[in-house]
Amino acid sequence: MPPLPESYLDYPARHYGMDQDRYDWSDMFARKPVVWPDGARVALSIVTHVQHFPLDMPAKPFKAPGALSMPYPDFRYFTNRDYGNRVGIFRVLKLLAAKGLRTSFAINGCIAERYPALLRAVVEGGHEVVAHGLDMGKVHHSGLGAAEEDAIVAEALRLLREGSGQKVAGWLSPGRAQGFSTPEILVKNGVQWCLDWANDDLPYEMRTDKGPLLAMPLAYETDDRVVSNEYFQSEPDWVQQVKDRFDVLYRESGDFGGRVMSVPLHSWVSGMPYRVEYLREVLDYILCHSGVWVAPAGEIAEAFRKQA
Amino acid sequence: MDAANEIRSDLGLYDYLPWPGRPKITWPGGKKLAVWIAPNIEFYEYDPPNNPTRTPWGRPNPDVLQYSHRDYGNRVGWRRMMAAMDRAGFRGSVSLNVALCDHHPEIIKACADRGWEFFSHGIYNTRYVYNMTVEQERAIIRDAFDTVRNHTGQELAGWLSPALSNNLWTMDILAEAGIRYTCDMFHDDQPMPVKVKSGRLISMPYSLEMNDVIVYNSQKVTPRHYGEIIKRQFDQLYRDSDESGMVMCIPLHPYLVGQPHRIDAFAEAIDYIAGHDGVWQTTGREIAEAYHESGAYDAMTAAMAALKEGTR
Repeated sequence: MPPLPESYLDYPARHYGMDQDRYDWSDMFARKPVVWPDGARVALSIVTHVQHFPLDMPAKPFKAPGALSMPYPDFRYFTNRDYGNRVGIFRVLKLLAAKGLRTSFAINGCIAERYPALLRAVVEGGHEVVAHGLDMGKVHHSGLGAAEEDAIVAEALRLLREGSGQKVAGWLSPGRAQGFSTPEILVKNGVQWCLDWANDDLPYEMRTDKGPLLAMPLAYETDDRVVSNEYFQSEPDWVQQVKDRFDVLYRESGDFGGRVMSVPLHSWVSGMPYRVEYLREVLDYILCHSGVWVAPAGEIAEAFRKQA
Repeated sequence: MDAANEIRSDLGLYDYLPWPGRPKITWPGGKKLAVWIAPNIEFYEYDPPNNPTRTPWGRPNPDVLQYSHRDYGNRVGWRRMMAAMDRAGFRGSVSLNVALCDHHPEIIKACADRGWEFFSHGIYNTRYVYNMTVEQERAIIRDAFDTVRNHTGQELAGWLSPALSNNLWTMDILAEAGIRYTCDMFHDDQPMPVKVKSGRLISMPYSLEMNDVIVYNSQKVTPRHYGEIIKRQFDQLYRDSDESGMVMCIPLHPYLVGQPHRIDAFAEAIDYIAGHDGVWQTTGREIAEAYHESGAYDAMTAAMAALKEGTR
């Protein structure tokens, strides 16, 4: 192996604050307290992923989590993921309806074309549509040309806006993956807030060349898919961690102002018959606390921006 | 020194010394067990250069999910971790990517104000010593000494290689630069002399098995079970220390343990530890100093020599 070039010991971004320009460093516990509508302590943001994994999804430069992994043609995971779109999501929708909750659904753009009935059910349930890229095989990365990435973003948004009749101003990238210019491309296409970055329990503003983009919190390690399929932990373990997460955020809200409690779900994970009652347990627990405001992520973003 | 890691079968950095019959270690104040907490306060770069041996991120730069996950520690998690340690009366021994002094002096100040120790965990956690020449590696050691001295007034005593990357000569050049303890070896529950060309370097018990990143993300252990294994590890070491003082380390990462679903189970575990009279709540530097001052370094060195010569 040749020795490293001397430039390996150069650190051009070694200076105060972050090593990129998207946002400033900030101590969450030192910020002006956030106030939610009606004095709520915690805004509960439930975001259900609705995904299509194409049978021919590429492996390069990387696969989004949950990707097909068996030799082609992968009947196993293609159909297992699609279970979420045919059955699982309706179990989640039914539970949310029973609780009277309006939430967010992050939906791959292609779903609007493939399964318009699914999109209708989400809209008729009073939920918010968030753009989740075009499909799970179209990951965003720095190797995409600007025009190509722009076309993917524009197409996903067009499909979801036309199919839902909503403005669709929120974005979640497949695999939460971005290239260097993704935030600019999102803003250019009318996206106002984004769930990709996992560095905060509160919203914060990101800079782009095209205007601001609000980073909205989305829990990473208590995501139902991460707990079950990456950590191989049981449903009761998932329930416990989500409850524990809520307890701490709720407690902190007494001293430091409002918090966002996000609950990322996947229709093909939490929509399984043996799992959905665990979701009910989580919701029952959180909702028995006073001062919990359940709202689509877009309304939480709006309430945050109003007080900025 | 040849800047190539020749292939050999043994690190050659320490001699064998079985646990039974070792010279007794007594910690200051007659305490049984030294417990130190080592938060890895790290900075992972957005667009780091590649190292042919290890690519910093799993996805092409920028890997915004993993980058932001780690950044959570410096925006949010460090405060929860610090509050839990304050409550239990633990000072931290910070395993520091020293560039963090430049990026986030606010965090450094909060640690320094509490009397926490800083030891070096390299410049960034996205720069590895793999494929470095000896001179390049010496340069990062100098950088670490200078940066920590300039920002905190502290003289570095300890070292944990960035992302645990090492070369065969690393311990020699750390000792030559004045580093007193390394955290890169996991072969013992007591500090042990390391065989280096100059200076007096010891291996400080750090831990893979208590390290939150290993426990949560490699072993896939739940937060509450992490609390359990910390307590069990402690109980056993506390008993074992009836005979001779041992060391327990809890290495942390604020982006992990500082998550809201994890902090309470951890806080409860360290409260439990702090509730025992025989615990010495200490730092890496203090353990190293006590090891030398009590004569343990010399006694262990003599015991190993005697074992080799067959006189023990």
